[in-house]
Amino acid sequence: MEISPIIRIEKLVKKFPMGKSEFTALNGIELIITRGEFAGLVGPSGSGKTTLLNIVGSLDVPSSGEAFVLGRSIGNLTTKEAARLRKENLGFIFQSYNLLAVYTVYENVEFPLLLLNYSASDRKKMVMDSLEWVGLADKIKSKPPQLSGGECQRVAIARAMVKKPSIVLADEPTANLDAANSHNILKTMVTLNRELKTTFLFATHDDKVISYLRRKIFLLDGNVDREEIKPN
Amino acid sequence: MSTGRKLNPINPVTMKLAIRLAYRNLIGAGLRTWLNVIVLSFSFVIIIFMKGVMIGWDNQAKTDMTNYEIGGGQYWYKTYDPFDPFSLTESHAPIPEEFKEEIASGEMEPFLIVPGTIYPQGRLQSIVIKGINPRQTLFLLPSHKLDTITEAIPAIIGSLMAKTIKASAGDQLTIRWRDVNGTFDAGDIVITEIFSTNVPAVESGQIYVPLEKLQSMMMMPGEATIMTFRDSEKNRPAVDGWTVKNKAELTASVDKMIKTKSAGQTILYAILLLLAMLAIFDTQVLSIFRRQKEIGTYIALGYTRQQVVGLFTVEGTMHAVLAALLSAAYGLPFLAWMAKNGWTMPIDTSEFGMAIAQTLYPIYSIGLIISTVLILTTVTAIVSYWPSRRIAKMNPTDALRGKLQ
Repeated sequence: MEISPIIRIEKLVKKFPMGKSEFTALNGIELIITRGEFAGLVGPSGSGKTTLLNIVGSLDVPSSGEAFVLGRSIGNLTTKEAARLRKENLGFIFQSYNLLAVYTVYENVEFPLLLLNYSASDRKKMVMDSLEWVGLADKIKSKPPQLSGGECQRVAIARAMVKKPSIVLADEPTANLDAANSHNILKTMVTLNRELKTTFLFATHDDKVISYLRRKIFLLDGNVDREEIKPN
Repeated sequence: MSTGRKLNPINPVTMKLAIRLAYRNLIGAGLRTWLNVIVLSFSFVIIIFMKGVMIGWDNQAKTDMTNYEIGGGQYWYKTYDPFDPFSLTESHAPIPEEFKEEIASGEMEPFLIVPGTIYPQGRLQSIVIKGINPRQTLFLLPSHKLDTITEAIPAIIGSLMAKTIKASAGDQLTIRWRDVNGTFDAGDIVITEIFSTNVPAVESGQIYVPLEKLQSMMMMPGEATIMTFRDSEKNRPAVDGWTVKNKAELTASVDKMIKTKSAGQTILYAILLLLAMLAIFDTQVLSIFRRQKEIGTYIALGYTRQQVVGLFTVEGTMHAVLAALLSAAYGLPFLAWMAKNGWTMPIDTSEFGMAIAQTLYPIYSIGLIISTVLILTTVTAIVSYWPSRRIAKMNPTDALRGKLQ
């Protein structure tokens, strides 16, 4: 594993307006994630883990402090630059899958490649490879409503991984899954992390996910409370 | 890590992708899409049809006027005013020498127009008596029916006039007139033909008698009130005492009437468009509200908010494209059938008082179809864009969670 930081958070503060006052979701976070990590932001609801994940994903911006992702300061990115960062370097996995219901499995996974303007033959190969990784190559013509929750989340993983992003951000990826499906999904992600060296950053409070994390970053009230690193 | 090229909102690749996605989303939306498309396609077909009817009417009215009333243009004696019957007594003059060659060749026809009175079934009715050359070929009027030898004065009348005075072919009626010296005289006419046209101005309240006979009755030999020429393209010199009226001037009333009718129709088009646009606007608003997570997902996958606005605008605009295709499927056969068989008015048009046929044949041009499609598509695009602008203000993280109200 390379030691170079892929995500660097410095004195990160995020405040949200709440009526006339403000709610501080993140309060001076300091954090470094290196390339190839399989790490998770762990904490109860309201601890700030999703907020931090959104900022790393350039879906939100810090109120103060800095968040560097792949060397780029999230707070200083223009809308277009942020979109380009997400499009080219980040993969997202959501709690509720967020698949596009009118598209087939194949088209859902193909979507990020269409945005990147890959050729049809490249797209086909990459989509099939990605679906092979998650074991859904036989479901390419199915649409999300025809799939189980576990299958949907595997499609979401394939979609996040198809462009081989530098970082995959997963927000409570197993929250809607049963135990067996959760373990299958997590094993898939561990394998992808190991084989493709993709950095995974989770936001979770699910014990099943936590048990797979090699690095656990515990958040409490918008601060890093403690960290645990699983020995290799 | 990726080898993909940069995309921007107006990049053809982005547009192609937006069209592809929009098409998928629309088809995926099922009945909602098709209801909007059907309403919009009705607008397409009805607007093209109604405009076609107007063009057809305009064309038919002008053709009928040319064939029955105005030819290629006219010279009016300076005091002649068709809307002032009292001017008729004074509106006559010897036919100028300049016209005689054209008259001899049949390229110009003189009319003598005088006021008179007819007595159908003992009633009295004011009429206009028109003297016409029985051998003329400039008009489609059956003037040859005047070329007969009868004891009474031969006369032809329009069906509208026949209806008014309850006369049939072969009937004899008394007419009275006042000659150039102011002396009243009377005589019988025999109706040798009743003709039918779509031009009320040549039918209502008038009878046609042989020109020379009328000149003799009026003691106005060689005189006329108006001169109608065949060739509308020829440059017409000014003739002392006579005013030249070209075709455009003589059909200006038709243009005004069509313009008035078109203005009325515009309200109908506006209502049709409003209904269709309301449906699309509602669909867009509902779509944006219901598809917040999808919008958030697009942004997470690398779209800018402006690109998502573009996607939704294309999606809304595609209603018009689908509507145009649907309209082509059922509308083109319908429009072609109507153009061939015409649209027959449910009520008698002869009493409308305007040049209108009982059956109107719509005329559609490529320009009419293209302009209608372009206008409707543009309006649809604007209506689709309007609510989609809201996406540009969305917070992607809230959109992803579907939290926006």
